[in-house]
Amino acid sequence: MLSSFLRRLATAIPSLIGVIIVTFLLTRVLPGDTAAYFAGPAATPEAIEEIRVKLGLDKSIPEQFVDYVGALVQGDLGSSLTTGQPVIQDIIDRLPASAELTLFGLFIAIAVAVPLGILAAVRQGSWIDHLCRIVATAGVSLPVFFTGLLLVYVFYYILGWAPAPLGRLDVFAFPPDPITGFLLIDCVLVGDWETLGSALAQLAVPSATLAIFALAPITRITRASMLSVLSSEFVRTARASGLSPFKVIVGYAFRNAMLPVITTLGMVFSFLLGANVLVEKVFAWPGIGSYAVEALIASDYAPVQGFVLAMAIMYVVLNLLIDLLYGVIDPRVRIEG
Amino acid sequence: MSTVSETTPAPPAPLLAFWRDFSRNRGALAGLLFILLVVFCAVFAPIVAPHAADTQYRDNFLTAPPWAGGDDWRFLLGTDDVGRDILSRIMWGSQLSLFIGAIVVTLSLGVGVLLGLVAGFSRGLLDQFIMRLMDVLMAIPSLLLAVAIVAVLGPSLTNAMIAIAIVVLPHYVRLTRATVIGELAKDYVTASRIAGAGILRMMMIVVLPNCLAPLIVQATLGFSSAILDAAALGFLGLGAQPPTPEWGTMLADAKKFVQSGHWWVVTFPGLAILLTVLAFNLLGDGLRDALDPKLKER
Repeated sequence: MLSSFLRRLATAIPSLIGVIIVTFLLTRVLPGDTAAYFAGPAATPEAIEEIRVKLGLDKSIPEQFVDYVGALVQGDLGSSLTTGQPVIQDIIDRLPASAELTLFGLFIAIAVAVPLGILAAVRQGSWIDHLCRIVATAGVSLPVFFTGLLLVYVFYYILGWAPAPLGRLDVFAFPPDPITGFLLIDCVLVGDWETLGSALAQLAVPSATLAIFALAPITRITRASMLSVLSSEFVRTARASGLSPFKVIVGYAFRNAMLPVITTLGMVFSFLLGANVLVEKVFAWPGIGSYAVEALIASDYAPVQGFVLAMAIMYVVLNLLIDLLYGVIDPRVRIEG
Repeated sequence: MSTVSETTPAPPAPLLAFWRDFSRNRGALAGLLFILLVVFCAVFAPIVAPHAADTQYRDNFLTAPPWAGGDDWRFLLGTDDVGRDILSRIMWGSQLSLFIGAIVVTLSLGVGVLLGLVAGFSRGLLDQFIMRLMDVLMAIPSLLLAVAIVAVLGPSLTNAMIAIAIVVLPHYVRLTRATVIGELAKDYVTASRIAGAGILRMMMIVVLPNCLAPLIVQATLGFSSAILDAAALGFLGLGAQPPTPEWGTMLADAKKFVQSGHWWVVTFPGLAILLTVLAFNLLGDGLRDALDPKLKER
C-alpha cells in the first residue's frame, strides 16, 4: 500500500515541476512594470531602480527562476504588492473561504445528483429518467454567473429569504477567532450558534449556485455507470438469489458503479475551482479566486504564482486521494496496482 | 458547418442516411433550428434589430418590457441603465458569439489535430513532450488558465479568444492522438504503409478522415464551451470591453441592477447565452448519436 502510494506520488512530481515553470514564465511576461507599480506614481526613476534591485527584477530570467525556486523550497512565496502581506499568509487567510464554499457546493451536488442518477438508471424511461436527462443537458449549458444572479434575484429581492450577497458574514455578526478558518466548523467548535446561522444563510445561495453547476456531470455519470452495472451478471445473480431490491441496488450495484463517479468528482472539483472565481465575484465572497483575479489585473505576480501553485497542489493531492479511494472501494484495483 | 450542406436537395445516400438518423432526435433538431435562428439574427442584424446597438434613448433608462409593466412598445425586452434597447443589443451580440465560437473552434481544432497527429504518429520523445505539456495545461482549472493568459496578453476580445483556444487545446490533442493510435493498429493502415505511402499522405489522407467523427462532435461541443467561456471572461471584465454588446459583458454591466429588481437587464442576455449554448450541446449530442453510434448513451 505504502509503496504504491509513493510510486503514485512520484508520477505527480513532473506535473508539479511543469506547473512551477509555466507559472513562473507566465507571470514574468505579465505586462506592466512591477517595480514602478510598487514604487507608486510619485516615485523618481532612481527609486524605481532601487526597488527593482531590491525585488531582484534586474537579474536575468534564469537567475530569477533559481531565486524563485530557492525561496519556494523554504516556503516563501513572496509578498503581495497590493495587500502588503506575504502571499502565503494571504492564501492561508482566504483559502478556507473558497474551500468552504466549494466543498459545501460539492456536498449538496453529490447529495442530490447521486440518488437522482441511481433512480434514473433503476427506473429507466420514467419521469425521473427524463428529469435526469434535462438536468444533465441544461446543467452544462447554464452560465454559472447567470445562475448566481438569478438566484440572488429570486431569493434576495423577491422572496427575501437570503441575506444580501455581500461576503461570508453579516456586517453585524462577529466571526469567531479562526481555528480552522472554516466559519461553520469554527462556530460549532466555539458553540456560537447565532453566527453559525448567519454564516449558513450567507453560504446557502452561492453554494447552491455551485451545486447546480456540478449537478449535471455527476448525475450523468452516475446514471451511465449504474446502467452498465445493472445489466451485468452478478446483479442478475443477486436478484435471482432473492435479495431485496434495496440491497441489490445500493449494496451490490452502486458499490461497483462508484469508480467512474469518483473519477468524475475529481474533474468536477477542478471545474468548481474555476467556477469559484465567477461565484466569488457575484457574491463578493472574500475567497482566493477573487484575490487572484485582482492580483492579475494589477500585474502583481507573486500572488498569482502562489495561487496557481496552490491550485495545482490541491489538484494533485486530490487526484492522489481519488486513487487511494479506488483501492478502498474496489480491492481488485489494489491488487493490480 | 457540415450540417448546412445536408439540407441541400438530393444529397448522396450516406448523407441521407445520416440525416435520417439525425432528424429522429427531436432535441438535436430543435438545437439546429435555434442555431439557424441565431445565425439569421447575426447575419441580418442590421435589418432585423429595431435599434442600433449603442443608441441611447435618454428618456428611457431602465424601462421594463412593455408586456411586464413597461409602457414603451419600441423596447420589446426593455432598456438598460443608459437607455439602450436590450433586444437589439442581444441581436448584435449574436454576431460576436458566433464569431467567437467559429474562431476558437477553428484555432483549437487546427492546432489540436496537428499536434495530435504528430504525437500519435511519432510515439517517442516528441509524443511525451506534447502530452506532458497538455497535462500541465489540464492541471490548472480551465477558466483560471484563461484568466491568466488574458492577463498576460491584456483584456480584449481577441486575446480572450486566443486564451480560450489555448485552454481547450488539450481536449483536441488527446482525442486526436487516441483515435490515431487506435486507427494505426488497423490493417488498412499497414496496407498503405506497405504500399509505400509517405508520412504526410498517411496522416492527412489515410488516417485523418477516419478520425473525423469524434472530432466533429467535439468541435460542436467546443462551440458551446467557447461561447460560455468568452461570456465568463466578459463577465469578469477580461473579454470584450464595454460598450461592445457581448452577452457576458452585458451581464457584468447589469450585475448591480439585480439587487434593485431590474430583472430584465440580466435575464435576457443570460437567456441568450443559455439557449445558444444549450442548442449547440443538443446538436453535438445528436451528431454524436448519428455519426458515432458506438458512443451513444443508452
